[in-house]
Amino acid sequence: MATYLEFIQQNEERDGVRFSWNVWPSSRLEATRMVVPLACLLTPLKERLDLPPVQYEPVLCSRPTCKAVLNPLCQVDYRAKLWACNFCFQRNQFPPAYAGISEVNQPAELMPQFSTIEYIVQRGPQTPLIFLYVVDTCLEEEDLQALKESLQMSLSLLPADALVGLITFGRMVQVHELSCEGISKSYVFRGTKDLTAKQIQDMLGLSRPAVPIQQGRPLQTPEQPVISSRFLQPVHKIDMNLTDLLGELQRDPWPVTQGKRPLRSTGVALSIAVGLLEGTFPNTGARIMLFTGGPPTQGPGMVVGDELKTPIRSWHDIEKDNARFMKKATKHYETLANRTAANGHCIDIYACALDQTGLLEMKCCANLTGGQMVMGDSFNTSLFKQTFQRVFNKGFNGEFRMAFGASLDVKTSRELKIAGAIGPCISLNAKGPCVSENELGIGGTSQWKICSLDPSTTLAIYFEVVNQHNAPIPQGGRGAVQFVTQYQHSSTQKRIRVTTIARNWADAQSQLQHIEAAFDQEAAAVLMARLGVYRAESEEGPDVLRWLDRQLIRLCQKFGQYNKDDPNSFRLSESFSLYPQFMFHLRRSPFLQVFNNSPDESSYYRHHFARQDLTQSLIMIQPILYAYSFHGPPEPVLLDSSSILPDRILLMDTFFQIVIYLGETIAQWQKAGYQDMPEYENFKHLLQAPLDDAQEILQTRFPMPRYIHTEHGGSQARFLLSKVNPSQTHNNLYAWGQVS
Amino acid sequence: MSVNQQAHTGPPYGQPQPGYQGYQQPAYGGQPLPAVPQSQYGAYNGPMPGYQQPVPPQGYFPSLGFPSKGSPVSLNSDTSLAPNFIGSLRAPPTSGAPPPASGASLPSGHLAYSQFGHGDVQNGIPASAAPMQRPPASQPFLPGSAPTPVSQTSTFQQYGHPPASVQQLSNHMAGMTIGSTTASAPPPAGLGYGPPTSVPPVSGSFSATGSGLYTPYTASQGPPPTSVSQGLPLAQPPFPGQPISTQRLPTQVPGFAPPPSSTGIGLSSYPPTTGAPRPPTMPGPPLPGQTLAGPPASQPNHVSSPPPPPSTMAGPHPGPPMSGLHGPPPPTHPPQPGYQMQQNGSFGQVRGPQPNYGGAYPGTPNYGSQPGPPPPPKRLDPDSIPSPIQVIEDDRSNRGSEPFVTGVRGQVPPLVTTNFLVKDQGNASPRYIRCTSYNIPCTSDMAKQSQVPLAAVIKPLATLPPEETLPYLVDHGESGPVRCNRCKAYMCPFMQFIEGGRRFQCCFCSCVTEVPPHYFQHLDHTGKRVDFYDRPELSLGSYEFLATVDYCKNNKFPTPPAFIFMIDVSYNAMKSGLVRLICEELKSLLDYLPREGNMEESAIRVGFVTYNKVLHFYNVKSSLAQPQMMVVSDVADMFVPLLDGFLVNVNESRTVIASLLDQIPEMFADTRETETVFAPVIQAGLEALKAAECAGKLFIFHTSLPIAEAPGKLKNRDDKKLINTDKEKTLFQPQTSFYNNLAKDCVAQGCCVDLFLFPNQYLDVATLGVVTYQTGGSIYKYAYFQLETDQDRFLNDLRRDVQKEVGFDAVMRVRTSTGIRATDFFGAFYMSNTTDVEMAGLDCDKTITVEFKHDDKLSEDSGALLQCALLYTSCAGQRRLRIHNLSLNCCTQLADLYRNCETDTLINYLAKYAYRGVLSSPVKTVRDALINQCAQILACYRKNCASPSSAGQLILPECMKLLPVYLNCVLKSDVLQPGPEVTTDDRAYIRQLVTSMDVAETNVFFYPRLLPLTKADVDSDSLPAAIRNSEERLSKGDIYLLENGLNIFVWVGVNVQQGLIQNLFGVSSFSQISNALSTLPVLENPFSKKVRSIIDMLQVQRSRYMKLIIVKQEDKLEMLFKHFLVEDKSLSGGASYVDFLCHMHKEIRQLLS
Repeated sequence: MATYLEFIQQNEERDGVRFSWNVWPSSRLEATRMVVPLACLLTPLKERLDLPPVQYEPVLCSRPTCKAVLNPLCQVDYRAKLWACNFCFQRNQFPPAYAGISEVNQPAELMPQFSTIEYIVQRGPQTPLIFLYVVDTCLEEEDLQALKESLQMSLSLLPADALVGLITFGRMVQVHELSCEGISKSYVFRGTKDLTAKQIQDMLGLSRPAVPIQQGRPLQTPEQPVISSRFLQPVHKIDMNLTDLLGELQRDPWPVTQGKRPLRSTGVALSIAVGLLEGTFPNTGARIMLFTGGPPTQGPGMVVGDELKTPIRSWHDIEKDNARFMKKATKHYETLANRTAANGHCIDIYACALDQTGLLEMKCCANLTGGQMVMGDSFNTSLFKQTFQRVFNKGFNGEFRMAFGASLDVKTSRELKIAGAIGPCISLNAKGPCVSENELGIGGTSQWKICSLDPSTTLAIYFEVVNQHNAPIPQGGRGAVQFVTQYQHSSTQKRIRVTTIARNWADAQSQLQHIEAAFDQEAAAVLMARLGVYRAESEEGPDVLRWLDRQLIRLCQKFGQYNKDDPNSFRLSESFSLYPQFMFHLRRSPFLQVFNNSPDESSYYRHHFARQDLTQSLIMIQPILYAYSFHGPPEPVLLDSSSILPDRILLMDTFFQIVIYLGETIAQWQKAGYQDMPEYENFKHLLQAPLDDAQEILQTRFPMPRYIHTEHGGSQARFLLSKVNPSQTHNNLYAWGQVS
Repeated sequence: MSVNQQAHTGPPYGQPQPGYQGYQQPAYGGQPLPAVPQSQYGAYNGPMPGYQQPVPPQGYFPSLGFPSKGSPVSLNSDTSLAPNFIGSLRAPPTSGAPPPASGASLPSGHLAYSQFGHGDVQNGIPASAAPMQRPPASQPFLPGSAPTPVSQTSTFQQYGHPPASVQQLSNHMAGMTIGSTTASAPPPAGLGYGPPTSVPPVSGSFSATGSGLYTPYTASQGPPPTSVSQGLPLAQPPFPGQPISTQRLPTQVPGFAPPPSSTGIGLSSYPPTTGAPRPPTMPGPPLPGQTLAGPPASQPNHVSSPPPPPSTMAGPHPGPPMSGLHGPPPPTHPPQPGYQMQQNGSFGQVRGPQPNYGGAYPGTPNYGSQPGPPPPPKRLDPDSIPSPIQVIEDDRSNRGSEPFVTGVRGQVPPLVTTNFLVKDQGNASPRYIRCTSYNIPCTSDMAKQSQVPLAAVIKPLATLPPEETLPYLVDHGESGPVRCNRCKAYMCPFMQFIEGGRRFQCCFCSCVTEVPPHYFQHLDHTGKRVDFYDRPELSLGSYEFLATVDYCKNNKFPTPPAFIFMIDVSYNAMKSGLVRLICEELKSLLDYLPREGNMEESAIRVGFVTYNKVLHFYNVKSSLAQPQMMVVSDVADMFVPLLDGFLVNVNESRTVIASLLDQIPEMFADTRETETVFAPVIQAGLEALKAAECAGKLFIFHTSLPIAEAPGKLKNRDDKKLINTDKEKTLFQPQTSFYNNLAKDCVAQGCCVDLFLFPNQYLDVATLGVVTYQTGGSIYKYAYFQLETDQDRFLNDLRRDVQKEVGFDAVMRVRTSTGIRATDFFGAFYMSNTTDVEMAGLDCDKTITVEFKHDDKLSEDSGALLQCALLYTSCAGQRRLRIHNLSLNCCTQLADLYRNCETDTLINYLAKYAYRGVLSSPVKTVRDALINQCAQILACYRKNCASPSSAGQLILPECMKLLPVYLNCVLKSDVLQPGPEVTTDDRAYIRQLVTSMDVAETNVFFYPRLLPLTKADVDSDSLPAAIRNSEERLSKGDIYLLENGLNIFVWVGVNVQQGLIQNLFGVSSFSQISNALSTLPVLENPFSKKVRSIIDMLQVQRSRYMKLIIVKQEDKLEMLFKHFLVEDKSLSGGASYVDFLCHMHKEIRQLLS
């Protein structure tokens, strides 16, 4: 097993791929009996320090339907300068540049250690990154001030040649022109009117003038950039202007009467932002960054009316079909999201408000375009400020950890077909021989578009074994999958990353133990969870839970060892041992349970769950609990109420929250001030330890988790109590007390 | 308007109309080219080509004729002809023989002229008379060689000419006369004239003399002609000799007095009246010699009249103006006829009167016998017909000296042209209200019979001269003004306090209302409240109440109003430099926003918008470092993108505004946008005011037809082919109802729209102006705007418009005594019901004309009362009620009605009525209706008030003797009878302009003021005496100024002394004068100073800065100028005064028979 664990880890590190099964059942029938589908978690841009990109174009299989990239698994005839595609078995001539190829002089893509390789290609003009800020001005003065400062700060973090634009909205939507001297100029739109892309472009003067040829001068070429640059300007040129502009930004001046919400035209603002980019920079990497401090209250995409007495929809309302604006709003944002995705742009949503802000309706904007979604209580919190700052973090090589306009192309060997993908992507509708008719997630295609991604963005890709039972795969045969990701690097280069992996086939009847041993329960849990969450978006909660339960039961049936009617005899092998526990916590997680969560929160959690990598996903499913005490070094403990002891400090990381919980005694000690007494310095250290660890987590986590410091009996302790397995409840606790 | 355009267009001017040329040619040629002139005339009289030829000359310069007449020198006449009439004319007279020396002669001529001019009627008349005759004179020249006979012939021709003008008269007259007067000897001649056929005869005689053309006629006419011809020739010679000399001399002296009196006049009075007037006419005196020779022929008409003058003179003088007319006649032999005529100022038909005269007149006999009878019928002596100038002068001298005290009921105020002080003693000043009649018929039957419209012209916020006090502001506390319980009339001097002062009886509806306790006061022994003199509302005709919150919209006190400047920044506006100009001006102008008397700074806030196809709003909040521009491209659904910072206090945001105004011209300097929107601009302003919850005014500076895709988009629908068709009215109607609805919204919000237009082509004023019009705004139009020439005018208009006192969100209601009711309203406003006049804005120049109708009987005892209550928001945001009260008399005798009418007001009403009529009826119908109504008015007078007289006489009520001339001006105005050079926009513009004019404005607009500048007394402040608007009054050696409230023309005769030219224009010769000048150069000499001070004085008097146009005689621009010589025949077919008078007479006679 150890070997498998190592293998899995090695594979993940090298290729960013984790399969649920690392030995594949060789027939369709067997595969379905395995319960957990053959699938993988793919992190397309996994950061790799040891992967220098090569500066040439990949060599493609010449079969038009295949076009697989030359890889280490291909058979190569060095003398004939031929290679055989390992997916379609087409024999291909090497291109002239490969004339010097030989066994000892192999190109990188043929070396086994380069099962993942990255090409830099020169295609088309390079356009700078584009950041379009869409800023809500219906904020409290403090919030707005904080937001303004964050935005001003961000200018210094942007690449100097990046283009920035600014749209502000409240009752109206203003598109600011950034190149003006002496007067600040903006285009204003009514917040209540849905405009078509064409109208928006006309109104912004982006459409080509009808009489450009009048002068007889070929003005065409210079004209394009001139026009678009009115609203999107290179940072280095206008950062002073923009800083001033942001500085002068006022709260939305329209009076808000008592008992009303401010009128906020988020829907139109987004629509204009999308239209603006669509008209100026289609198919170029661009982020629309929406900063909103409340729900859209007017116009298309409104989520709630402006009467405060009607609260924003809750799950209860939605279940009762009582959310009047939801469907319409959702449709509006979906349309926008699809347009944005089609243009290769992405939408980030930074929603900071105590109440809901309509993330439920807007989630697709981020989900379909690969944008970020951040939810906070206020822009004036470190949660937002640091999260936002972290957007512009740079990777180890000094490059922004963001990429744009990626398309993921998956190729499989014949025994496999692609059932679908779940993640921040949309289908490119590429039908092909390797596309399954059975869809799991976003299916019916072998290509997906991921408008924005970062090194941790992870997609779940589901396969289907199509090999018939009676057509056994030759012993030692390997199934292969190739992932080709083309994307715009943050340096604006076009790059292609190719990952080719292969796994052994095994006959489930004769070699079940092999398959069993090669089960990756962590990956499987996350893959199943993604399926569950994906279903939960469209199905009733209980149905999903039932489905999940059934899957677990079937899995246990298949792989468990037990004697009938003897529950205690039940055993699972080590490779399955944690899986039920994951499922248990998954059932209780906010991804499937909406109770005690607002629709916005659910959307937020699900959003992140659908894009984080395996480790983070697992943390989300089953939060990590560390215990600090005088009894020994910090240790992970069971996420169980029994882990809550008076003399312990607990650190819980749920991904979204980090909770530090002081046990009853510890809390009393702290109150008594022992930590300040020199003789109790060890207590001080004990108190400090979880803080340091938490800090470490905070350093790397995106988005910033909510940081909660509480103690026994504190109101915030609920965050911990709601997560732990309630093995001790008031019932048995009481009983226990009676006993004593 | 037309002026502007023309000036710009150039072409129209450049090419005189064919007609024109023709005109002149004939004049020159004299005989040569009959054909051409004819054609023109043709339009006119059509009838006789032969005539026309001669005519042209006549039309031009009767005066010339005179000079030419100067038998002494035919040469002179010729010379005179060649140059300008005036010059020549003058010259001859003065110089007599010497004429040739124009220079020398000029001065003298001028003098003579001026005298004439001053001579008013007398001089004027003679002049006019002369003109008629002159043509002949001119002819004479041609034939010149031939002595008397020639002259005769010429005279004939002259007749012919006169016919043009006179003919109509003569025709009509003839017709009339024929019908009625056939018997009389003169008629024959008349007959001959009237009908074409008759004419021939005359010509026949002429023909005999020389012209082939005529001959044919002669043949046919043979018999009659003979008599005629004889008469004429005879008359001529005799005339000149005796009459002329006599007349003139006398006339000059007494002249002045008589003319006024003669006003009544008429043709009928001819012999006598004409005599009187004519004598006054300069011609007589100046050119005795000439007259003798030349005039004869033409004079016949005149002549006939002239003779009487002498006699009349005597008569008239003694008598008062009114009587004057009568007076003269009475003296004359024909007591009765003369009398009547005189009394009424009736126009005798030429013939009718003549015969009488002939008989009666002592002197006449000669005339009568010879020239008198025949000629009279034919021509009407222009000098004999009522002269507006004379009337104005008389009123000025009679009533200008002492204040007009308003204490007496039904008092007719002095004319608008008279300077007088008003003392408010219970009735509103005529500056606020003027009525068509101050004595109202008691019953509707009477009213219908008389056809005199009962109307009041109300100018509620009129500016008062500094010597008069503004209406007092009365505060009745929380309960608000005291009002009648039933009709809600406000407390006023006519309310009767009864029961010891505990109650009062409403003077309007007779309802008895309790006096509120806080308002109680004891009565004195006369029933007057003790505090009568302490309370303006009890003792004055005009005063203001402070309104309570009940009088406010939404029961909330209003906030101070706002001004929003909305500037077109499309290519046209940028290129002409307009935008820069506006921005520069606004920088300083904003410091002069209107403010409440005692306030340190104006409460008015300002906002700025620029636009082309899209709108740009500006945030100029004081806290901003630089202005913010907000572009709204969504013109289909206009909204205001900002709230705070759009409307700001000027002082607080001074630096930001200044920087904005600097930026605007820069920002759009390179614009290539040519399309504009319009309706969204108004919507934007409206929305801004709505958002700010205040009333206000939009100043929109707009350049082109709004063709950009947006609501209210317009098409170019200008189509001159529609003129004179049933569809013509569509040119005045808005293209779409969109603007009407918009206007309604604007009024509801108190959003007044002032429009400054700078079109280079058609921009559909009729549609664009709808909102302006209905919100009580003003339109200013500067066609072909050019910075150099139009800058001053525009800036002055803008300044005045921004600074003038204005009220907002106004509602006006006119209450009347039971028995009459306000039924119709004219002006720039909106009405949502039948009684309340709503105006988003009302400034001190806006006037509303209200028509009243009977719905019951009035009583003579109690008279009729009007109370005009205007509820408005002052410029500081104070809600006020301004009350004007006026009491009128009531009569059971029509004569009382006619005695208390005011023609100027009547014209104001009729013009507005007609101008509204063109929206719904063909223009011809409107014109006919006007003529018909006036004919009925006059006929009713004739029938019921005038003493019996010959039907051939035209008898006019003294108060209305100017009605025909003024009415003719209305009929000839561009709206009702457009010339070819008048654009559709001009017509629409004028139509709207006139609709909110007050009486003084309509007066000068329809009958422009013509001042001989060369006659101005350099040392005094006074204006030179005006002269009548006829070309024949002009001397080519003089410089004249003509103003009509929109334009000032400075007309320079070709023979003007070089010294004068040098003094005035700073150039050494006539040819160097540039007519591109928009101002006169500032030169340090008395003449230049005087002229400029006159112009400045005039500019101050008018609500708009008038455009100054320099017109050189015989220059292409002169066409334009002549358009304003309203007593002459107009090129567009408008009748001359004389012709029209005859036509009226005919109409009246038809009504009477």
